[in-house]
Amino acid sequence: MTNEEIKQCISEILPTATYDETGEFLTIMVSKEELRPFMQTLRNDEKFLFEFLFCLTCIDWKTHFMMVYHLLSRKHHHNIVVKVKLDDINQPEIDTICDIWKTAEYLEREVYDLFGVKFGNHPDLRRLFLDDNWPGYPLRKNYVDENMISI
Amino acid sequence: MVDTEKLVFPAQLHQTPDGGFLVTQLDDIINWARSNSLWPLVFGTSCCAIEMMSAADARHDWSRFGFEVARASPRQADLIIVAGTIVMKMAPVLRRLYDQMPDPKYVIAMGACTISGGPFFYNTYSVVKGVDHVIPVDVFIPGCPPRPEALLHSMITLQEKIKHETYFGKDNKAQAK
Repeated sequence: MTNEEIKQCISEILPTATYDETGEFLTIMVSKEELRPFMQTLRNDEKFLFEFLFCLTCIDWKTHFMMVYHLLSRKHHHNIVVKVKLDDINQPEIDTICDIWKTAEYLEREVYDLFGVKFGNHPDLRRLFLDDNWPGYPLRKNYVDENMISI
Repeated sequence: MVDTEKLVFPAQLHQTPDGGFLVTQLDDIINWARSNSLWPLVFGTSCCAIEMMSAADARHDWSRFGFEVARASPRQADLIIVAGTIVMKMAPVLRRLYDQMPDPKYVIAMGACTISGGPFFYNTYSVVKGVDHVIPVDVFIPGCPPRPEALLHSMITLQEKIKHETYFGKDNKAQAK
């Protein structure tokens, strides 16, 4: 499907979604509550069939966090980005999607490790790269490390 | 230009009618043996390791100087070339590898990352800013990454250093004279 067709189809199932086409991918902004059923549809619906989550990351915008999901369909050769805004700057939380895409299990652990986003219902939410007793979350903009030399 | 004095076996031959005997110093003969058979540990953490592999290949051939027996076990190695970035998580592993090596042991810090953290000096939470925070270093070799020739030079410099060691006591022979 082309981006226009994808937009058309998504508007039918989720009228509240907003769009951004300035980047490389068609970006769809959804709310935290709508994410899981929306992702289920994208994964399983024959029209979309996004069976590959090829990137899951997070952005710290200082005023809020933004979860970013890159999806790809090998059958239809189309890809999109789904973004979710997390307003709680201190304890961001969102539901896991690792039952929809298994690969999200590790990707979410990485985001938890470096940004401190808590994923609800995640089966094994531990730090991935850093020590278990590491203080803070290094990729947050307000992270302080007294050993770090900044310019 | 080749300094032939460095290549000569460190002993004097005294001819006798039925053969002869060699006169040498224990320090000289031990250092000669040690410096010409340094066995490096197979240890590389990033792109410097690629240059280290190049130094071992047929073009640069570090076997010419006695380094060919790269060992996969620290218990059989006496030289560790720290080739690449050392992160906080790697530091205890490196320390352990170093502790497992039998004495005498030597360390070459290869490249900017191991000297100071290099490109990761500023604004990083994870990189050790200089491998000498973890283990004592004999030779630093700058570069990002250093060419194989530079690595060979550092290894030959290390050999020079070993040739000035004394077996009994810690005095440097060059200083003692």
